[in-house]
Amino acid sequence: MTEFSTLSIKETISSLKNKDFSVSELVDSHISSMESGRELNAFITETADIARKKALDCNQNYLKGEEKPLEGIPLGIKDMFCTKGVKTTASSKMLENFIPPYESTVTQNLWNDGAILLGKLNNDEFAMGSSNETSFFGEVKNPWKNTKDNFTVPGGSSGGSAASVAAGMGLASLGTDTGGSIRQPASFTGTVGLKPTYGRCSRWGIIAFASSLDQAGPITRTVKDCALLLNSICSYDSKDSTSSQKKIPDFEKSTDESIKGMKIGIPKEYETDGISEDIAEYLEKGKEWLKESGAEIVEISLPHIKYALPCYYIIAPAEASSNLARYDGVKFTHRVDAENIIDMYEETRSQGFGDEVKRRIMIGTYVLSSGYYDAYYLKAQKVRAMISRDFKEVFSKVDAIYGPSTPSTAFELGDKKKDPLEMYLNDVFTVPVNLAGLPAMSVPVGLDKENLPVGMQLIGNSFDEESILSIASCIEKSAKFDLNPNRWWINE
Amino acid sequence: MNKLIKGETGDWEVVIGIEVHAQIVSNSKLFSSASTKFGGEHNTQVSFVDAGMPGMLPVINWVCVEQAIRTGLGLNAKINNYSIFDRKNYFYPDLPQGYQISQFKQPIVGEGSVTIDIDDKKSKTIRIERLHLEQDAGKSLHDQHPEFSFVDLNRSGVALMEIVSMPDISSADEAQSYIKKLRSIMRYLGTCDGNMEEGSLRADINVSVRKPGDELGTRCEIKNVNSIKFIGQAIDYEARRQIELIEDSKEIDQETRLFDPKKGETRSMRSKEEAHDYRYFPDPDLLPLSFSENIIEEIKSELPELPDDKKERFQKEYSLSPYDSNILVSEIEIADFFEAVTKGRDPKIAANWITGEFFAAMNKLGFNIADSPITIDNLSKLIKLIEENVISTRIAKDVFEIMLENNEDPEEIVEREGLKQVSDSGELEKIIDNIIANNPDQVEAVKLKPKLIGWFVGQVMKETNGKANPKLVNDLLNDKLN
Repeated sequence: MTEFSTLSIKETISSLKNKDFSVSELVDSHISSMESGRELNAFITETADIARKKALDCNQNYLKGEEKPLEGIPLGIKDMFCTKGVKTTASSKMLENFIPPYESTVTQNLWNDGAILLGKLNNDEFAMGSSNETSFFGEVKNPWKNTKDNFTVPGGSSGGSAASVAAGMGLASLGTDTGGSIRQPASFTGTVGLKPTYGRCSRWGIIAFASSLDQAGPITRTVKDCALLLNSICSYDSKDSTSSQKKIPDFEKSTDESIKGMKIGIPKEYETDGISEDIAEYLEKGKEWLKESGAEIVEISLPHIKYALPCYYIIAPAEASSNLARYDGVKFTHRVDAENIIDMYEETRSQGFGDEVKRRIMIGTYVLSSGYYDAYYLKAQKVRAMISRDFKEVFSKVDAIYGPSTPSTAFELGDKKKDPLEMYLNDVFTVPVNLAGLPAMSVPVGLDKENLPVGMQLIGNSFDEESILSIASCIEKSAKFDLNPNRWWINE
Repeated sequence: MNKLIKGETGDWEVVIGIEVHAQIVSNSKLFSSASTKFGGEHNTQVSFVDAGMPGMLPVINWVCVEQAIRTGLGLNAKINNYSIFDRKNYFYPDLPQGYQISQFKQPIVGEGSVTIDIDDKKSKTIRIERLHLEQDAGKSLHDQHPEFSFVDLNRSGVALMEIVSMPDISSADEAQSYIKKLRSIMRYLGTCDGNMEEGSLRADINVSVRKPGDELGTRCEIKNVNSIKFIGQAIDYEARRQIELIEDSKEIDQETRLFDPKKGETRSMRSKEEAHDYRYFPDPDLLPLSFSENIIEEIKSELPELPDDKKERFQKEYSLSPYDSNILVSEIEIADFFEAVTKGRDPKIAANWITGEFFAAMNKLGFNIADSPITIDNLSKLIKLIEENVISTRIAKDVFEIMLENNEDPEEIVEREGLKQVSDSGELEKIIDNIIANNPDQVEAVKLKPKLIGWFVGQVMKETNGKANPKLVNDLLNDKLN
């Protein structure tokens, strides 16, 4: 059975076209992977019935030769995407029983292209976290254990999305990335994760964390699969005022483009900021691969990037504090009955939200308060503009930026849970990209000494996902990473 | 000179600024496609956006933006072609998103002005500080269930214009004139129906008092006053309350108050300490609102004639008094009605009839001009009959009464009832001669007291069933008796 679940989407589609196996067989195989992988806790809601039913239609479409681009491909969807008629929780007690009467634009695009919903994936509560330990539905385990045979975190917030793909439960998944929530878990699990340019994907129907930073994106086994999904999910959406009308290129094509003559910048700030030895080694190795492929490596500097993390931890909580105000117990959420409306609000929100969410709501409320607004929020917006300018300047000289995705590989479960600041530091390389609204991705390059995957980050200019896909493809070929963790979770 | 209020320690000046919330005339809401129609069943006009459902996003309705620009132009105001939507954060059950989308630092319309009439000769300019776009909230219903309150979201997300005046208003009368004028301008523009009973127009009134020439006093804000009458009552009460407090050597707390129409009083709602910190910040779901100068120019070129210009034209074109002009231009429907009726007729007679008999009848029936049982054509015909001396004004009143019943053609009424004025001087002379011959005592008396000629007029009218041409009768009597 498992050989189905280690295929790429590209390979799967050609096998389906070849009638090597049917969509139903494929889906059954993934359902069985999903069921036998429950110890990983990657799924909050399994939708096996929906998947089996849709598979029947997909079989027909292949028989009739009317298959759509992603016909029959089973996918896991992060529980931040509203799915019509299927429970969508944001991994929060607050939305424990919320069933949306609408489908997010991005997932609708996937279903329109023939993809199949396998289940809803665990994540950090309201996408706030870097280890998938803040979920009301429990932590997600990384399929990769370290050499001490200890459990590691899959990263976050799209921990379930990354873990499920690494474990072969679903051919790919969707995540959301507000400060690194796709790229960091992708790098922790040896998967490919891409955050598109802000505005490429509609945010309509995605539960909002920080509206000016949130973007949907794919987590896949290969770079080509990443491009395939990207082609499906990107669209202009009149229901999202920040959605872009820019033409959407053929991303799959970019994965075959040569990078010869491309200028790739290495920010000196990314080489010195306390990255682990193994990651530093891979960083160097990567430079060699890129040079061998004919790219030119250029030293660059992003002087204001050191302020990105504090800037992000003002803007994101500020927006979150407002976005999460709607969860008040009056409608569609968890409610704690009380004597009066104020007590009802307080009890509902005290019980409905977890600690990390509460922490960010409090930070956000504080930085927007009168008297503090100028010193925090307004200043952070100025810093944000400076960071954008840094990138803009750099992109007048280079085609893409290359650097690490994270300072370290996956850490052990519970390791950083008690120290939020240390946890926040995990996002140091990913956060600046969200502040500038740029596209970026993480590509697996190998394993470190602890036998844990290492991911490298590629950052593109605004609306230039194509360049980073070409470069990622090239790195993928050189690295020859094998996404095949030891399947300890299967008791046989 | 400003109107002053007498207190125990001398005269006091009232300083008033008004924030008007005017509901924009539009088919759908400010950020969603749900209907704005008034009076629908609870929660039948609510989109997922209006209900604050997770993942839902606002999209600006350009019709509302154009309405705001139109209103700004009508207030002679500066239009900002770059403005920002902000979130105003607070918790309330009828606010499903937990924030209201409004405009805080950069509103769509800047400074403007409204001119109000103090009396027939004097007018006053009330400066407008700003106009901004914002969403309305829903409505809490507390009388539906013994244990629960319900929320109706039909109004949630409906577009409002908040129009903020400078503290240029100095009496309850001026405040009322200001609201009336603002409402009239918006009705002319078709941007707000001004219906206060339905809540389309609400006012928050800031009131403070001071001794003339002193610094501004501490103000209180009276929230959501929803009739012109109440606005007057609320200001009078509040000014009096503040004066009494100060004269009793007590402090005025800066606070928000509510007007209780039953008692005619204002009472404290929340103090400054309890005031919300709304934590305004730019709404990241919406791009800045920007549009070209061309759009402003285009809207400007399509603006209708506004009350001030119309009033001036009525005085010039129809030689009407400022008083009559004012009444006629107060509502665009009345102005249009007047202009239609007076076409080819004597405007003074038309104006008198419309502001007199016609308004009285409409008031009595409780009708708006739109419900008038008498058509423009028939009223115009009636005026023609008066103008051409076919009937007298007195007879015309009788004809008008019949017209009110079933909008009958006045010419037919006059014909059928035989009401034509007797303007045949020969016929009238005969009647007059008879009366003179039969009343020698009265003829003597009128020589001493010329006013008594009225008695003779009355006799002639009696003889002719009121149909005699009064002017002709007067002329003939004067000839014969003097």
